[in-house]
Formats: sequence, C-alpha cells, structure tokens
Amino acid sequence: MTAVKAPARDRAQASGGIAAAVKGRLQQLLAFASLIVIFAFFSFASPFFFSYGNFTAILFSTVVIGTLAIGTTFVIIAGGIDLSIGTGMALCAVMSGVFLVHLGLPLWLGVPAAVLFGGLMGLVNGINVALLKIPPFIATLAMMLVAEGLALVLSDSTPIYFNDVPGYTDISTGNLIPGVNFPNAVLVLLAIALIAGVLLTKSVLGRYTYSIGSNEEATSLSGIDVRKWKIAIYAFAGLFIGLAGVMISARLGSAQPATGMGYELQAIAAVVIGGTSLSGGKGSIVGTLIGALIISVLNNGLQIMSIPQEWQNVILGCVILVAVYTDRIRKKETT
Amino acid sequence: MTGVATMTEPLLEVEGVDKSFPGVRALHDMRLELRSGEVLALVGENGAGKSTLMKLLSGIHTADTGRFRLGGEPFEATSPRHALELGISIIHQEFNLVPHLTVAQNVFIGREPRRGRLLLDERRLNADAAALLERLHLPLDPKAVVGELTVANQQMVEIAKALSYEPRVLIMDEPTAALNEAEVETLHELIRRFVRPGTGAIYISHRMEEIKRIADRVTVIRDGEYIDTLDMAGASTPEIIALMVGRAIDTDAKPEGVRADRDVVLSVEGLSTKALLKDVSFDLREGEILGFAGLMGAGRTEVGRALVGADRIDGGTITLRGKRIRVANPAEAARHGIGYLSEDRKRFGLLLEQDVRANIALGALRDQFTRAGFVRDRAAREKAREYVGTLRIKTPSLEQTAKHLSGGNQQKVVIAKWLAKDCDVLVFDEPTRGIDVGAKEEIYQLLNELAAQGKSIIMISSELPEILRMSHRVVVMSEGRVTRVLDAAEAGQENIMHYATLRPDENPADAAELGIEVGKAGQP
Repeated sequence: MTAVKAPARDRAQASGGIAAAVKGRLQQLLAFASLIVIFAFFSFASPFFFSYGNFTAILFSTVVIGTLAIGTTFVIIAGGIDLSIGTGMALCAVMSGVFLVHLGLPLWLGVPAAVLFGGLMGLVNGINVALLKIPPFIATLAMMLVAEGLALVLSDSTPIYFNDVPGYTDISTGNLIPGVNFPNAVLVLLAIALIAGVLLTKSVLGRYTYSIGSNEEATSLSGIDVRKWKIAIYAFAGLFIGLAGVMISARLGSAQPATGMGYELQAIAAVVIGGTSLSGGKGSIVGTLIGALIISVLNNGLQIMSIPQEWQNVILGCVILVAVYTDRIRKKETT
Repeated sequence: MTGVATMTEPLLEVEGVDKSFPGVRALHDMRLELRSGEVLALVGENGAGKSTLMKLLSGIHTADTGRFRLGGEPFEATSPRHALELGISIIHQEFNLVPHLTVAQNVFIGREPRRGRLLLDERRLNADAAALLERLHLPLDPKAVVGELTVANQQMVEIAKALSYEPRVLIMDEPTAALNEAEVETLHELIRRFVRPGTGAIYISHRMEEIKRIADRVTVIRDGEYIDTLDMAGASTPEIIALMVGRAIDTDAKPEGVRADRDVVLSVEGLSTKALLKDVSFDLREGEILGFAGLMGAGRTEVGRALVGADRIDGGTITLRGKRIRVANPAEAARHGIGYLSEDRKRFGLLLEQDVRANIALGALRDQFTRAGFVRDRAAREKAREYVGTLRIKTPSLEQTAKHLSGGNQQKVVIAKWLAKDCDVLVFDEPTRGIDVGAKEEIYQLLNELAAQGKSIIMISSELPEILRMSHRVVVMSEGRVTRVLDAAEAGQENIMHYATLRPDENPADAAELGIEVGKAGQP
C-alpha cells in the first residue's frame, strides 16, 4: 500500500502546478521582486531615475559585472569559487592592449586572443583545483595575485590606450542597431547571457556543472570524469574573464592594469543575490542577471539621489545579507 | 561466452584476493562465486570486508593480488565506469544520487542522449526514463527532483539506474536499510525479474529473514576472510550467525556482576528523534559500563549524539540524578558532566595540530585554567602532567603535537580532557576504533578503572567481543529502537545478533510517517 501511495505523493510534490513552480524558483522570484521594489522606490524617490537614458545607463553599467558574474555562476554551481576574475579581467584588458596596440594584430584576431587568454587562466585554475587538488579558494586567490602582478608588469604599470585601434571602443559604446541609442555592450551581455543560459540548462557541460556541485562523489561513481569536467568548467568561466577584459577596456578606451581588484566580490555578490548556492548544485543565469541588475540599479539610484559613494557599499552589503538569509530560511522550511 | 548459460555455471568469480590499507589488512585470500541465474547473499559482521570487496568489484579500489573472472573471462575493474562497461552495476550503501537533478537525469547521468555533440536531448531523456520505469513497474515521475523524493523512492531510482545499464551482475549493499515491508517486497520483485540465466545478483544484508526469502545461497565472510557458502534451503539462521561471529569468546574477561545495587545516575525515557530514534529508554547506574550493540544504522551512535545534544531531540526525557535536564548542545551536556568521545577522534575529538597540554586543557579552559581571560599555562600544564601520569599516556613531552601520538594515546588524551572537565558520565563511541590490539587492552583496563572509580560509562561499539568483554549490561538496538537489554551473564554473540537483526514491528501508518520524515531529512 505504502509503496503505491508514496510515489503519488512525490509526483504531487514535483508537479503540483504553480505552487511547486513558485516554491522551486522562490529565490529567483524574490530577487526579481526586490529588483522591482528597488526600481519602483527610485522611480518615486528621484525624478531623474525613470527615463530611457537612465535605463540604458543602468544596463550599460551592468555589462562588466554581469559578464564576470555569468562565468562565475558556472564555477559556483559546480561547488567552486573564483577569486581571480577581477584582476584576471584587468590582465586580459592589458593583453588586449598588448595584442592590438603593441603587436598591432587586427581586431578580428586580437579580440578573440584576449578572450582566449582568459580561458587559459581559467584552464590553469581548473588544473590547480582538479588535478593538484588545491582548494578553489586558495588556487584562485593565488591566481588573483599572479594576474594582478602580471597586469602591472606587462603594461609597465601604465594604461594602454586604444586610440590607434579603430573600431575598438565601438565594441562597447557603438550602436549596432542604427538610429537607436542602445549600446553594443548591452547587446553583448544579452547575447552571452542567452548562450550561457542555454549551455547551463541544455548542454552536457551544464548538466555536469550541477551534478558535480550537487554530489561530486555520486557523479564520479556514475562513471563521469569529474576532474576533466572541473577543468572544462573553470576554463569555460575563464572565457568570460577575457570577454569582461575586452568590454571594460573598450568602454574606457584604455586598458587600466590596476582596476580589477574588487570586481570579483561584486560579481560573486551578484551570483549570490541571484539565488545561486555557494555550496553548489543550484543556481541560474537569469538569477545572476537579476542579481547584477540589482547591484547596478542600487548604485545608479543611490548616485542619482546623491547618496555618498561610501554608503552605497554599506547598502549593498546589507542587500547581500538579506538575500542569503531569505535563501537560508527557505531551505530550512523545506528541510 | 556464447550460448545459453546454465544455472550452475559460474558468472562472477573472485579468487585469492588480498587488499591492505595502511595499517589494516582488509581482505585476505578472499573468495566468492556467483552462479549464473542466482541471487547470492553475502553476510558478515560490520568490518568483515564486504564493502571493501564491493569497492574492488566496482573499480573504486584495486586489489593487491588475486583474480577476478566474469563469465570465465579474467577482468580487473579500473574505474566505476569500467565496471559498468564490464556489466557490473553496484548499488552502494550510501546513496549515490545527485539530489538537485531529476529522476531521469540521475538514471542516465553520464549517458545523456544528445543532439549534436554539446546539447542534451531532454525530451528523449525523459521518454527513455519513462519507458525504463514503466518496464520496471516503478511508479515514479521521471521529472521529479530526486532530493524531494522519499528515501524509499530514492532507493528505487538507484535500482532503476543500476538496471538501466543492463548489467550481468547486480550488487546491492544493504538495499533495504531504508525500506518498509511493502517496499522490500517491491525490491525483491525487481530482483527476481532481473535474475535469469546469464545474470546474477549479490545481495548484502544483515536481515536474515530477507536473505532467506530472496537468496539461493549465502556466502559468509569474517575478518576479511572467506568462511563458507551454504545453500539457503538447508541453512538455518543460527547456523549462519554462528559462522558470522565465529570467534572464540574470551569468557574469562567478562565483567563482574551487574551493578543493580548502585544508584541510577542517568535515566533516559522515550528518547526519539525525527531522523531515526524511536522511544529509546534505559537507565545508567553509577560505576556501570553500559554497552550499546546493534548493526550499522541501528541508532547506537545517534543515542550518544542525542544524549549530549549534538542531534536534536524530538521527544523523551533525560533525568540526571533525579533531576530532569535539557541538553540543547554539547556545551550544556558538559556542564551537566556528560562527556562525549566521538568515534572519529581525529575530526571530533582532538585538536590535531595542538599539543597534548592544549588538548587536555581545552574543555575545562574557562572553568579552571584562566584568570581574567588569560590562560594560566602553569595550571594547565600541571593538570596535563597529572593525567599523563594517571592515564599512562605515552608521550615524549606535554608539548608533543596530538597528531603524532598513537591511536591509543590519542584516545587517552581525549579521556583526560573530559576528566579534567569533571565529567562523570562518559559516552564512548567506538572507544577502540583504529587502535591496535595491544593498546586496546590498555583502553579496556582504563575503562574498568574509571568504572571502579564510580564513573558511569556508555560504550557504543560495533565489535561484539568488545561489548561482551566490557559491558555490565548490553542495550541491543535495531532500526532506531531498543529491542532488548541483556545482563552480562545472559549476553552472548548469538542472542545479541538475534536482537540486533530483529525487525521491530511497525504498523503501516507509522512506517509511512517514518518514510516521509526520513525523506525530508535527507534533503540537502
């Protein structure tokens, strides 16, 4: 009797219609609801907030953090962490300068090379974590320092300007859609979010990302080469570091070797606010995008309301605590 | 291997297999023969080597020496994937499912149908899983998230996954630990349908009545060695248990009489936890060593953990010297004088990187060894020196790092820590695990001395000889309940095994409730 009854209950749990769907995505919905609330608040609080110009500004300012956050979402879902994304981004920006300015490579070659350089950094992180079994926190902390130093060494501690590289800044600030003021950088972010989202939910790489983060032992016992996939995940996430390096240097028109530090924490914050679990196994690209947007909207809105820069981080910190705490309560309820 | 295999043809053969881990010989000259078309039960006490043998067959470990043959062909599994490819599917004792993925995703993990090289074909995945579940008569939703299923249904997913590889040999390690009677029958149905000429199943279990129902033959192993194989039809349960426990009992070393005349120090009434324990009651008397016996998962350790507040108690009372106490956490337990010595000293008992002195002083640091927040090193050192003397801790100095001591001396350091804290109820979980034979005797002697001094001791152990040798009384547990309390005089390996394999009768409503609760607790 019980054997027949029990599955019926499980089925009801799994596909109990809207209620179940809401429960499963609660953290994401909460994040989205918070985004709306914050958005509404600023719209009423400041007459300058609610405008097309400001919306595109918000989206534009989300690009770099968003790109980094999307890549690192994979790493965190797989149960890892990547602290090297901030300074790694600065190094990739410098590498973009080295390829395009110093070596004079054409755009079509130099830009992919800079992106691939990020992938190479990720590959090294992956090898350190998966083969040398160095804890991800330590391995990527070391890479963070290495990247910071290398960026300064390779650039002689001075910015590399892209003034003589025609079309480079258009990657970020140009308008692909003629006549509409919609920066390319935002298109790039939306495109990679789409690709990453598809890969995470519909590809083998994505499936094993969740699987390793959820139960590494079981994944390994199921005959999957966990080491190989971990390396692949870090290398894949590294491509986003490279892309972020290109995007930030294209926006500024220069590669700033000392600007990376701190971005990694903002990106991780975006991932966490978006409902991805730091213990792995759970998370989404949509959530990460919402998380990155919350950070941008907060920064933008607080700036518009002339709240001092210092307070913006205080508020961001509190937002992270609230986001993670609600996630915790939710988990407790289901346990 | 061509042609139809007959019933008596060997399908899987293991011969002369040795396997050692640093300091432990897990298997010696191990043998096993699974015939085509049969279910072979594999039994042995905890630590007999069953799990090691399974790990060799599944390619997690490799044997030091020995031969394996499958259908007459020699083989050696080098990885879990290799074993699966060879046709050996294993369901391990611990769940090996990915909780965040769905039933279908778990069943076909590593073999997902794809569209092109990169993308998954989720529709086909679900369709394949639905077809498989249909074929196995398992009423599960392929899209249900595994972490949200009951434990029983998770077990069914494991079985569906194992059978989806269409193995020749199916090995199950304690597959029914979490199942109720009806679910066990469902599982047995599946096994009977699976076994036919050319395939076979190895069924590891402690439950004698289940083995009698499902198995054709039974192989008994003990202390890492092959003992005997019997036809199930002609074997009796006492016969099998006698083979399992085998060892001559050291009857001389039995403790002297029961301490019935001494005061009850600790009285536990109706202790229950959501996860496992049901209505556990017992008394502990002054100067008594109360043994806790039972099979793995019976709830021995959980009683100890609940007692010191390491696990949440959901029902029942604890009375200490006539006063009802509440223990919400180990710190409160220690304040009441109840100390817990974990089975895993290295993780839960010691500061491995700290010296002997710091370890001994740790528990009582704030009560005895500090002044105005600063550690009084000299006082701590004196106390440590005292215990090193009285407990005969062999250490070159008080400054020796704990990790460099032998297992026995590490255990003594942990004991010293609790004694320094003035604990007089000591809960020992596996007091001699990982301690070599000579040092075991010393620990036993120490336990007897402590009891003689009036300390009350709960000794949780999976080693029956240890239980028999040390306990004034033995509490036998099975599936979260106390099935019997035996006096030293009446306790023996056979009757302890009997009560430890007893299935406490549950009414179906209870079982269903338990199933749900366990399922929830299993969620990440």
